[in-house]
Amino acid sequence: MAEQAISTTSIGSVLAPKASRKFVMPKVVMQILRNPLSLAGMIILLGFILVAIFAPVLAPPPARSRDPFIIPRAGFKAEPSPPSPDHPFGTTEGQYDIFYGVVWGTRTAFLVGIVVVGSTLIFGLVLGSVSAYLGGWVDDGLMRITEIFLAFPFLLAALTMAAVLQPKLGRGLYTGMIALIVFGWMGYARIIRGDILTVKEREYVTAARAIGVRDFNILFRHILPNAIFPTMVVASLDIATIVLSFAALSFLGLGAELGYADWGQMLALARNWIPNLNKYWFIVVYPGTVLLLFVLGWNLLGDALRDIVDPRMRGKGN
Amino acid sequence: MTNYIIRRLLFLPVILFGVTILIFGILQLLDPTERAALYVKDIPKNPNAVQELVKKYGLDRPIYEQYFDWVGKAIHGDLGWSRTAQRPVLEAIIYYFPATVELSLWAILPIVLGGVWLGVRAAVNHNKPIDHSARLFAMVGSSFPTFVFALLMLMIFYANLQWFPPGRLDDWASGVVASDQWHQYTGMYTLDGILNARLDVTLDAIKHLFLPVVTLSYIYWALFLRVTRSSMLEVLNQDYIRTARAKGLSEGNVVNKHALRNALIPVATIGGLTFVGLLNGVIITETVYNFRGMGWYAATAALRLDVISVLGITLFTAILYVLANLVVDVLYGFLDPRVRIS
Repeated sequence: MAEQAISTTSIGSVLAPKASRKFVMPKVVMQILRNPLSLAGMIILLGFILVAIFAPVLAPPPARSRDPFIIPRAGFKAEPSPPSPDHPFGTTEGQYDIFYGVVWGTRTAFLVGIVVVGSTLIFGLVLGSVSAYLGGWVDDGLMRITEIFLAFPFLLAALTMAAVLQPKLGRGLYTGMIALIVFGWMGYARIIRGDILTVKEREYVTAARAIGVRDFNILFRHILPNAIFPTMVVASLDIATIVLSFAALSFLGLGAELGYADWGQMLALARNWIPNLNKYWFIVVYPGTVLLLFVLGWNLLGDALRDIVDPRMRGKGN
Repeated sequence: MTNYIIRRLLFLPVILFGVTILIFGILQLLDPTERAALYVKDIPKNPNAVQELVKKYGLDRPIYEQYFDWVGKAIHGDLGWSRTAQRPVLEAIIYYFPATVELSLWAILPIVLGGVWLGVRAAVNHNKPIDHSARLFAMVGSSFPTFVFALLMLMIFYANLQWFPPGRLDDWASGVVASDQWHQYTGMYTLDGILNARLDVTLDAIKHLFLPVVTLSYIYWALFLRVTRSSMLEVLNQDYIRTARAKGLSEGNVVNKHALRNALIPVATIGGLTFVGLLNGVIITETVYNFRGMGWYAATAALRLDVISVLGITLFTAILYVLANLVVDVLYGFLDPRVRIS
């Protein structure tokens, strides 16, 4: 979680008048492809995207199953079974097929990551824009509220929120996602507010105002488009953090429900077998490796994007 | 400087109010009957028990009444009774906090020393293979889910090799600690073992600390490596370093005596924040290793909807967080004179 505090970039320096924006994109793509680490990240993510798309083919849900995300059980024996031709990755306790869970868990990971980051992004952007644009006591009030939310250790707050929501919403994806959204928007609010405040004083905004462009237009046509790209960088790193946090919530018993195709949930099933974990290594290794690779892929990509966007690093060959 | 500190301290109650109001609000999402029901053991026998509890503790009073009631008691140190810990919340915090302090203290040294050393090595050998492998190591480290790493450690070193077990102490050592001969000085078993002249307890505690410390170290080395490396790279490009080299100073001298001191300033900030992060956020590590400290207490209380404990823990954590941020800011101003002027 400490990484969250470090990844905010100084966006003001990247803002450029609208005209040159067109030429930035291809250069960025070239830089991504040239850097071996970010290329690796992209390949990893592409792999995951393919697995997510072809999940029904790779791990077909049993006929007449009401929800493909519920992992099929090969019986009800408590002891986990090692990998076999029937179950390539073995089964957990209660005979949940690990391979199935890993494959469909990819879809869950993308779903959770995109929905949560998308929501926090939108909410944070709106709040930050309103705060910066209105200024005055609205700005002060909203920023104090942001600080109060930030005073919570992220995981503890999300945990509490999820625990409280569970009696109402039952165990499931929504509890975890809402909990993460409620405590995840602050970073974006602060970034966009900082951007707007920096840009507000710039010449081309003054010039636009002088010509008579209305404030609303300034915000949408000039400020936001230039600030969006660096925010996307933060968002891509954030997806990794969010998927990790959701997995942590599931691991502790508050995210996905038992038997749901979610990596964290499957790892939680390893907790009962710790004294003999070497015998049941497959419960930890398969979901764990997949989770690690997913997060690694996003981190590599996000890191490369950040290196490109942050001009301080540009000349140093990072 | 003093003005700054005083202003920040004055903000502390405001933030605490805000934090507790927020948590109180969230916890109110559970309606009174649900919260009271958590305290009733056999509902079928006494169907009115829940309602009686609701009346008795005033759980159906307006939110602000309940809140100010809690605040009033909290100021006097009465944070309520913890169902999870089976003792008053304040007592529970005092009981569990030393464990986390012990873990954090044992972890922060390897984290800082290891991370900084790796970062310096990487920066000094910029763009050479050791730099790239260090960066890859850091990348994997910051992507590694804590609980997966912890489970892997347990798999190898506990299940397979039987070297390092989870928990804080073996049963025999817990027996010693609970006995009359043992005097509780700090609550930290490594220190108390020495003070009680029972080194075997100290050694046992260290044995149990090993895996959690390794886990935390690996996860945080990534962060320290990255910060030290970029800070060091920036410093090494400065003019005064070029001057030092031109004057003929040895590379070791330049790096260790001149560059390092300046490069370590942001590391000090991160170090302070990490220590606080450790005190606050080792929830996962403590839970997986069954290491009963604040993190374990917080997670267990939240999972069991132990509302009162969660309130108390949040209050405590928020105070710690805000104070620690203040200390770090002041320290930063102290270390970097340029900041003081602004």
